[in-house]
Amino acid sequence: MPESAALLIEFGAVLVAVSGLAALARRWAFPAVPLYLLAGLALGEGGVLPVPAVGEFAGLVASIGVVLLLLLLGLEFSAAEFTDSLRRHLPSAFADALLNAVPGALAGAVLGLGWQGCLALAGITWVSSSGIVARVLGDLRRLANRETPAVLSVLVLEDISMAVYLPLLGAAVAGASWGGASLALGTALSAVALALFASHRLRWLLGRLLDTGGSEQFLLRVLGLTLLVAGVCELAHASAAVGAFLVGLALSGNVADRTRRLVEPLRDLFAFVFFLAIGLSIDPRDLLPVLPAALALAAATALTKVATGWYAARRDGVGARGRWRAGTALIVRGEFSVVVAGLAASVEPLLVPLSAAYVIILGVVGPAASYLAGRPSLHRG
Amino acid sequence: MEVTEVLLPGVGIRYEFVTAEGERVGVVAHRDGGAELVVYAPSDPDEPRSLVRLDREECEAVAEILGAPRVAERFADLAREIPGLRTGQTVVSAASPFAGRPLGQTRARTLTGASVVAIVRGTQVIASPGPEQVLRAGDRLVVIGTDTGIAGVEALLGG
Repeated sequence: MPESAALLIEFGAVLVAVSGLAALARRWAFPAVPLYLLAGLALGEGGVLPVPAVGEFAGLVASIGVVLLLLLLGLEFSAAEFTDSLRRHLPSAFADALLNAVPGALAGAVLGLGWQGCLALAGITWVSSSGIVARVLGDLRRLANRETPAVLSVLVLEDISMAVYLPLLGAAVAGASWGGASLALGTALSAVALALFASHRLRWLLGRLLDTGGSEQFLLRVLGLTLLVAGVCELAHASAAVGAFLVGLALSGNVADRTRRLVEPLRDLFAFVFFLAIGLSIDPRDLLPVLPAALALAAATALTKVATGWYAARRDGVGARGRWRAGTALIVRGEFSVVVAGLAASVEPLLVPLSAAYVIILGVVGPAASYLAGRPSLHRG
Repeated sequence: MEVTEVLLPGVGIRYEFVTAEGERVGVVAHRDGGAELVVYAPSDPDEPRSLVRLDREECEAVAEILGAPRVAERFADLAREIPGLRTGQTVVSAASPFAGRPLGQTRARTLTGASVVAIVRGTQVIASPGPEQVLRAGDRLVVIGTDTGIAGVEALLGG
């Protein structure tokens, strides 16, 4: 069979199969990210049905996937939403970081990882998946609940913290020498400053440069800019993911709305390929040894997230039931955890299967706990 | 009636008010244009009862039923008080040269003497828009002026 035909047929079959599974999973509130990881595991080397042509293609396309994923994560929240959350929930954000990043770092030390590995594992356990949480809240019809602003504020502040954390991690991973690390960190932090400045002060300029012409031109321009920045960041050892995230932060207003609308379908496809590629790169037989660690970590950090949500919702004066709902809503981890593991993979390859197992476990536990917390029969008090 | 607004980061805005009958009503306006209507029970103010979820198109239909004609009506009342003054409405078509450009660039008032006093955009009414307000295809402009002035604005905006 010619190579292109093999790719088309394999990829087509994968898409059809996964879309069917995703429809089923949706019914059980099982999120997409862990499902894609599972699909990759099943289709990779050592899986039940290897697809070599897709594997090669996915490896190439995954880097675009992670760029688009982070571009849209950076776009997710506006400056107004950020400042509003900062004003009301800064203590919640500190509690969140303390309660969830510290167990990750400690677990890293217990597992015998280096300090970069511990830093990465801290990030993996820290950040809830804003995409999955928002979707679960919508599906469970909780968007109008009193605890929801607290939950969403925690998510915003996590995403913004990533603007500092990701460059730090990138620098830590890249820096074999202190000089290299500080150079990478310097580049990354000045890029963060530039991005925030751009979103605040250069809105008109970005708008004028980008927000003209038809959708096709606009799409090409935004994608081109994002890929360029991501590539330059990668060259400067600050990681493409960081660059794309910063472009997302820098875009605001009309340009942000338009980008979100136009890039979202592309993101859905390419991010799917990215998660698939992560799954494909893991031999399922490598999962077994990390499973106990992933389970223990998932159990511990599920509880700390419940505590975080409980605390944040209490700050908004929400009753006990609402605090439970807020806490359980935050349990689920997702795209950031996988991206962070990918960033640190060169230093600690163990993190990739560990984070995949962790995200899959919490992908089941999180939405299930959220659902149960909303059932009236559980609350007699 | 007092409407409180709560920002829902990444989702949209929640509006809340108490009706004359004492029911606490919430409207979650999604960023993508959809909305959800809820009612809060007095026994548990934290967890509302979801009434209905609307997508963008349905929201626009509801808004049209409830809101948009009223805006024009109110301006019509105003116009009736001054002889010679009329209100009209004109839609910015996708083919219009001004779709995606600021209102000021149309130079509508300079050229026709008529003023654009409101823009009805989906569920939203932008009252007395400034020159920097960017027009979008599908916007309905409420125009006040003489008959010829209104016709002039229509001609300007038509593609």
